[in-house]
Amino acid sequence: MSAVVTAVPFATQSVSADPKVKSRIRGLNFYYGNLQALKNIDMVVYEHAVTALIGPSGCGKSTLLRCFNRMHDLTPHTRYEGEIRLYPDDVNIVSSDIDPIEVRMRISMVFQKPNPFPKSIYENVAYGLRVRGVKARSELDGRVEAALRGAALWEEVKDRLEEPGTALSGGQQQRLCIARALATDPEIVLFDEPTSALDPIATASIEDLIISMAGSVTILIVTHNMQQAARVSSYTAFMYLGELVEYGPTTELFTRPRHQRTSDYLTGRFG
Amino acid sequence: MPSAQRSLIRPRIHHRDIKERLVEAFLFICATSAVAVTTAIVVVLVYESAGFFERVSIVDFLTDTMWTPLFAEARYGILPLLCGTLLAAGVALLVAVPLGLMVALYLSEFAPVKVRESVKPFLELLEGVPTVVYGYFALLFVTPLLQNVIPDLPGFNVLSPGIVIGIMIVPYVGSVSEDAMRAVPNALREASYACGATRLQTTLRVVMPAAASGIAAAFVLGIARATGETMVVAIAAGQQPNLTLDPTEPAATITAYIVQVALGDLPHGSIGYQSIFAAGLVLLLITLLFNILAHLLRMRFREAY
Ligand SMILES: Nc1ncnc2c1ncn2[C@@H]1O[C@H](COP(=O)(O)OP(=O)(O)O)[C@@H](O)[C@H]1O
Ligand SMILES: [Mg+2]
Repeated sequence: MSAVVTAVPFATQSVSADPKVKSRIRGLNFYYGNLQALKNIDMVVYEHAVTALIGPSGCGKSTLLRCFNRMHDLTPHTRYEGEIRLYPDDVNIVSSDIDPIEVRMRISMVFQKPNPFPKSIYENVAYGLRVRGVKARSELDGRVEAALRGAALWEEVKDRLEEPGTALSGGQQQRLCIARALATDPEIVLFDEPTSALDPIATASIEDLIISMAGSVTILIVTHNMQQAARVSSYTAFMYLGELVEYGPTTELFTRPRHQRTSDYLTGRFG
Repeated sequence: MPSAQRSLIRPRIHHRDIKERLVEAFLFICATSAVAVTTAIVVVLVYESAGFFERVSIVDFLTDTMWTPLFAEARYGILPLLCGTLLAAGVALLVAVPLGLMVALYLSEFAPVKVRESVKPFLELLEGVPTVVYGYFALLFVTPLLQNVIPDLPGFNVLSPGIVIGIMIVPYVGSVSEDAMRAVPNALREASYACGATRLQTTLRVVMPAAASGIAAAFVLGIARATGETMVVAIAAGQQPNLTLDPTEPAATITAYIVQVALGDLPHGSIGYQSIFAAGLVLLLITLLFNILAHLLRMRFREAY
């Protein structure tokens, strides 16, 4: 099969020679009632890298992402089968013996539409710490600042931390949500199409941010935008109808797709 | 060139227009008659009250501590009635706020869909129980119960009807606050859970504050209902106007006074007759105030979402 993707810029994110495994998905099935949304997924997530999930709408990208922080536990009649092992703990985080709240303490999430709380900028970022019982003002102050710096928002908001987070612009709100997700020092941050509600400039700044975050945290990002996957990720998984069709380093997947479906999708023949 | 079949655009005013105008006029009359009746009530209220205030000075009305319009030595101080009204509403609120909040929290955030769907109509059913029933419930059940705890509680007192009014407005307050909480976007709940919050934390720290103005509006409307409530207090609080802040004493509220007087046969135009309009006007102003406040709170809530 020939390389077909010329319209998509080459991935700029390199793959480290000996990547460490952060999580391993094995034989994962997921059901909404009787509907099987994920079919026997096997995949590895590498530490401190950005892994992109791509595929046509409805193929199960969000469903897979939301298995990682057990968001589905909030929906009745859902069921996980198989494993998502988290390292170094080596536990299956979708097992029913594992407390979903413990999982969400380690794996945080940024949503499609910015969803800041109707609270101050400060309280938005401090939220995850407060629900963990952190009360000391000095600790909160330090971690809120660090998270806002991590989300490249500190300089813009440091003088108005008491203003409502909902008063910020869309791009700033999304960075506030990133700061909120970072404040608790997560090991993995999940992004579900984080720029689909943003203008191109805000999108570019979020993409830069995601690339810069990857040095210290493992990132999984769902995107329907192939250029975005190419720009920010080191690894890409292509999903179709609940199955993982192809997975590998982004450069390889984009330039030498091994499956016909992948190359059809990448060249825009469907999806 | 346009095709030959094209119909001409005719000038206005033909039968279709006329029919539409008739319908419009009819609907307009319906709508305005409702407003007109309300306006008429207010006009009568103000007119009769004006007659009352020609005979009794406003200063006396607002400062005198006795309300005895039917006695030989008549005194016209609204304070005892106002006090009874607010005291009963206050007791009611102390009961309705915690219970109503718990009902709303449970239904909106904790109850399985099936439970919520069967409890809500039941709550609305409770709203339909005639208030006389609640009045006798207060007098014959709650008062004796309270007398076990407070031995020298008189048979007529404000505490018992206050508690019962509180219970009475719980369904209303609870279901209106539940609506406010459910209007909070799910995205906020998801954000909270994703931060590692429990359901209780999500409810108390995100959903409730986000719905705060809507919940407050529910409570203000609840007070407005409690102050306008007639039968329960008329039956169980006694009918002696009494300037007191002690809910264990008997007292009368504005509404109870109006019922009491309206049931007797006072000559039209007598001062006793006019006094119920003055009292009614005060009640109207209080409820209006609460309703405006609730409206403002709701606007704030809507603005947020
Ligand atoms: N809450 C739900 N209940 C039932 N089916 C769902 C639910 N959410 C998603 N699905 C179904 O699961 C499949 C995958 O959805 P999703 O993961 O959202 O796709 P993607 O994010 O790739 O667009 C779709 O067929 C969708 O209709
Ligand atoms: Mg999706």
